[in-house]
Amino acid sequence: MAKKRTIRTIPQLRTAMTEQEPAERVRTFGEVACGYSLEEALRETERCLFCPDEPCVRGCPVGIDIPGFIQRLGERDVKGAYDVLTDTTLLPAICGRVCPQESQCEGVCTVGQTLAPVAIGRLERFVGDAAIREGWASVPFIEPAGHKVGIVGSGPAGVACAADMAKAGCAVTVFEAFQQPGGVLRYGIPDFRLPNEVLDAEIAKLARLGVTFRCNTLVGRLFTIEQMVEEMGFDAVFIAVGAGTPDFPDIPGASLNGVISANELLTRCNLMQARDFPAHDTPVGIGKRIAVVGAGNTAMDAMRVSRRLGADVMCVYRRSRTEAPARAEELHHAEQEGIDFHWLTDPIEVLDDGHHGVRGLRCRTMELGEPDASGRRRPLPVAGSEHELECDTVVFAIGTNANPILGQTSRIKLDARGYIEVDDDLATSLDGVFAGGDIVTGAATVILAMGAGRKAARSMKRYLGLVDSDVVYQETAAEDTLFGIAADRLGYARVKVPA
Amino acid sequence: MLSSEGFEVVRREDLSEVTYLLEVRHPELARAARPGQFVIVMSHAEGERIPLTIADLDRSAGTITLVVQAVGKTTREMQRDLRAGGSLYALVGPMGHPSHVGEAKKVVIVGGGLGIAPTYPIARAFKESGAYVIGVIGSRNKDLVFWEDRFRAVCDEFTICSDDGSVGIKGLVTLGIQQALERHSDVDELVAIGPPVMMRACAELTRPRGIKTVVSLNPIMVDGTGMCGGCRVKVGTTTKFACVDGPEFDGHQVDFDDLLMRLRRFQPEEKEALERWQTQGAAVT
Repeated sequence: MAKKRTIRTIPQLRTAMTEQEPAERVRTFGEVACGYSLEEALRETERCLFCPDEPCVRGCPVGIDIPGFIQRLGERDVKGAYDVLTDTTLLPAICGRVCPQESQCEGVCTVGQTLAPVAIGRLERFVGDAAIREGWASVPFIEPAGHKVGIVGSGPAGVACAADMAKAGCAVTVFEAFQQPGGVLRYGIPDFRLPNEVLDAEIAKLARLGVTFRCNTLVGRLFTIEQMVEEMGFDAVFIAVGAGTPDFPDIPGASLNGVISANELLTRCNLMQARDFPAHDTPVGIGKRIAVVGAGNTAMDAMRVSRRLGADVMCVYRRSRTEAPARAEELHHAEQEGIDFHWLTDPIEVLDDGHHGVRGLRCRTMELGEPDASGRRRPLPVAGSEHELECDTVVFAIGTNANPILGQTSRIKLDARGYIEVDDDLATSLDGVFAGGDIVTGAATVILAMGAGRKAARSMKRYLGLVDSDVVYQETAAEDTLFGIAADRLGYARVKVPA
Repeated sequence: MLSSEGFEVVRREDLSEVTYLLEVRHPELARAARPGQFVIVMSHAEGERIPLTIADLDRSAGTITLVVQAVGKTTREMQRDLRAGGSLYALVGPMGHPSHVGEAKKVVIVGGGLGIAPTYPIARAFKESGAYVIGVIGSRNKDLVFWEDRFRAVCDEFTICSDDGSVGIKGLVTLGIQQALERHSDVDELVAIGPPVMMRACAELTRPRGIKTVVSLNPIMVDGTGMCGGCRVKVGTTTKFACVDGPEFDGHQVDFDDLLMRLRRFQPEEKEALERWQTQGAAVT
């Protein structure tokens, strides 16, 4: 920064990111957003004003030092930028792709008050991808703390907690019910948003940190939470199983073949690779004309997956575009890809084709009334507006309920809706057992789950009496760092714990 | 480390031309599993997740036993490929609620076809609880019957029903049940596992008599942990997920018509996969 930047001197336009053409990409599962080149990233860093009050840092659920990493990147020190990022976030290549930046860091960006905000998410992704490409992750030396920590669920909350506990010297085992780790990052988010190789690379780093992943393990049924603490020797346990049980509406026809949850469609397609049926054995089981009910991120993923499987796709949502909960970019991409949006449309019956299959969706038109408890305007039915949409598959993406397995198998205290009850430190009713993410809050976002995982890790360290020593964050020892860990002279490492 | 490690098949036994038994090592699972629960297996990384009810377990050997019928592509491929010393890519469980082996003093345990296998541990559990156990198993013919000795060892009365009369009495399991109910007016409970049509017939037989009837459902599912909702079944006025709410339900409340229709969901794909496998891959080992 030779001269002080002002809003007038910085590049006025946000650096565009190359995307696959909509017509091309609906035929493949390749990633839509191609990422910045170094030149594009450098140009975008020039748009950061490094304003003193750093609203972006406060806008970030995990408090990433955003100006810090942008500054290093602007100095062409990509590795340094990575070190700054990984001091706080575990998985920059993932968060850069899936965080709803417009309502977080970018939403409060000072530049954004006048121009388009700094593309923080894209810069984060650039650095995360560079790290994967360059293999910037070596095995650190961590002094064993002598504690054994069990983490139930390998989704974003689980892996974030695992990384922090491993860095604190704990022997960490992450249990996953599916055959591969990653949770919603694996089964939920499609490859064109988050390629499996990126996920594999980020999880491989965790394994190199010493975290053990045990897949095919259904906690609650194979062993209980209580057994983990009382018999298996875990000094602390973190429950991060997600919400996960899909909601189906109580309307006629909801049990017809051809009516599925977005969870099922996405799991078949992403985890089980059903898009390659019959080369992979799992069939996907959708038709040619799909109605997806809902307008959240999961709904957008279900629509865009269906589109790539060759179907015509409608979105049916009872509120208007303004109220749609999806991330702006997902909605934008879905529109580009030719999804037929039916806003203010409420399904009231799935119509039987006479063979227990679907021939259409009976809907009514809605109008918006006064704001409801969610602060959004309440949709109200318009009299005499009933109409039919022709389709052969209906996918419901209208939310999830708490998974019942832990409640069935543990004494752990649940709230009235079946979610796990926790205090301010994310401690549950069982001593040494913590919980966070969707199984506490209900369905939310990847970054909020990661934030909960890190918060739980802080509480667990306190519970275990672990005190991280002062940070040994050596800029010069860059090649020995991983997630901000640096080997100190004794051959051990310490990690900075954000306040 | 990052994905499945594999689960060793320690024994394979062919119970008939189409039915085979796999004994798989998983000490933790053998310790945790109870009668009535199921597992999900994948035979290889590109395979599908298929739910199988646990047919037996040996805690000292640390193994569980699965009985599989070769009907579709996956189960035929497993029949061709899996031998002792081989391994399953994935095995997860136990899933679902265990059978409720409670106060019943006199029970009829009914197994039809492949359902013979998972009823065995339930019959044994009732016997161990002190109940009087009447076993009725049904099979198309003599060659498809298995575990007769095992059943006789845990049943106070035991009847085999075969469609062609080649073994036991000629007729469906409902005939065997009817005869048992004529001999015993004090049956507390009937447990039936087998094809949905058979379970429905059992439930209709006991409904007028007011005998508690438990059936075990095996609808199409992906994860088995309550996450996909593919396995939803209508029970009374509510929708249940067989994987986490079942797999056992009150047979008098289950909507079998809905279940039968839902089981046909992937018929075209199942046919395609099997035909493709038979023409292209079946000969290759």
